Amino acid sequence: MEKIKELLAAHPFFKGLSDAQLNVLAGCGSNVHFKKGETIIKEGQDANNFYVIRKGVAALDIHGGHRGDIRIQTIEQGEIIGWSWLIPPHKWTFNAHAIEEVTATALDGACLRKKCEADHELGYELLKRFSTVLAKRLEWTRIQLLDIYGTS
Amino acid sequence: MSNNTLLETSIDPMIPQPFAVADIKEETHDTFTLILKPQNGQKELPFKPGQFNMLYVFGAGEVPISISGSPGEPQVTVHTIRSVGTVTKALRNLKAGDTVGLRGPFGSSWPVDKVKGKDVVIVTGGIGLAPLRPAIYEILRQRKQIGKFVLLYGARTPEDILYIDEIGKWRSQFDLQVRVTVDKADENWLGTVGVVTILIPKARFDPANTIAMICGPEIMMHFTVKELLQLGMKESDIFISMERNMKCAIGFCGHCQYGPNFICKDGAVFPYSHVKNLFRVREI
Repeated sequence: MEKIKELLAAHPFFKGLSDAQLNVLAGCGSNVHFKKGETIIKEGQDANNFYVIRKGVAALDIHGGHRGDIRIQTIEQGEIIGWSWLIPPHKWTFNAHAIEEVTATALDGACLRKKCEADHELGYELLKRFSTVLAKRLEWTRIQLLDIYGTS
Repeated sequence: MSNNTLLETSIDPMIPQPFAVADIKEETHDTFTLILKPQNGQKELPFKPGQFNMLYVFGAGEVPISISGSPGEPQVTVHTIRSVGTVTKALRNLKAGDTVGLRGPFGSSWPVDKVKGKDVVIVTGGIGLAPLRPAIYEILRQRKQIGKFVLLYGARTPEDILYIDEIGKWRSQFDLQVRVTVDKADENWLGTVGVVTILIPKARFDPANTIAMICGPEIMMHFTVKELLQLGMKESDIFISMERNMKCAIGFCGHCQYGPNFICKDGAVFPYSHVKNLFRVREI
């Protein structure tokens, strides 16, 4: 657990959390590894975890029917995958897989929700961080939708 | 920034000079590179990175196009052009040996004379890489005198990536951080997907000692400037290239007026601090 706490402390997402808060989070964490091509999350399945990427690159895709899989974004070292563990009904809305070997720390969503309910200060700290990620990704998606390099 | 170099010579800036098409190179499905050589007895056309020429296709019209070749090779004049309008389509249809009219070079330049001892970050998108390529050549020429050198480039799709071979070559240089991202891709693309601004926090440079040069669609420059300022960069260290409808190219006709500036004469490259109050003003 001490090792996971150190890994979380070194990740930009958790910058500024107290030692005690990191201890609590580490209690919900485990280290995971995904080989190139391996699925990390799958659309529609229970969002049991979120992933703190420590090494490698993952792609977020959505299946576009006859258009095949459409890549929405790539996520790499220093970033996170998944906020569906936080928002009901706790189901993944996208797919993610490793396009390079991925080393990550998985944080158990149910465990985290329980800890956040018990410790609102920790819950608020996490919510501020997830809101920042959400707002950034929304901004990026809006720019992508503008098709700024298109001719029309 | 510099003044128009042409105005310092005896050539009438309003009279196009004949240039021969030496070669045309296909870049992507809608962009091509035109290599021109002077036919008026001039041996070369010196220019500064960031400057542009007015290219005249006889019978079709004239368009402003940034120079995208190397300042170290002024014996050829290189333009990478996106084929979108009547004149650029006519330029695309030219063959080696054909003649075009050329006026220039005009406009201000990228601050390549201010980078000594500093980190340099270039953020560009789409065809915006073309006006910055001369600056990249020039910075690489003085590579030992600058700190970190970062090139961040965004394209629409993997098929729209400009100068793909050259980017590969730059990427293989250990002293140059090159990151490319695309807005859209299928599962075969193994590179980064997302807008170019996502690359900024991943780049390694010292915001307090960096010169940034940005060229791309205005909205892309807006978000890039925002990101760089958030990292702590000074407004006066950020340079952007503005685009407006340029006609005379010497600040007479007023078509490219931008508040108190004429883009053709005072720009197209401006320090962000100089135009920040005009930038994103809908009426201008």
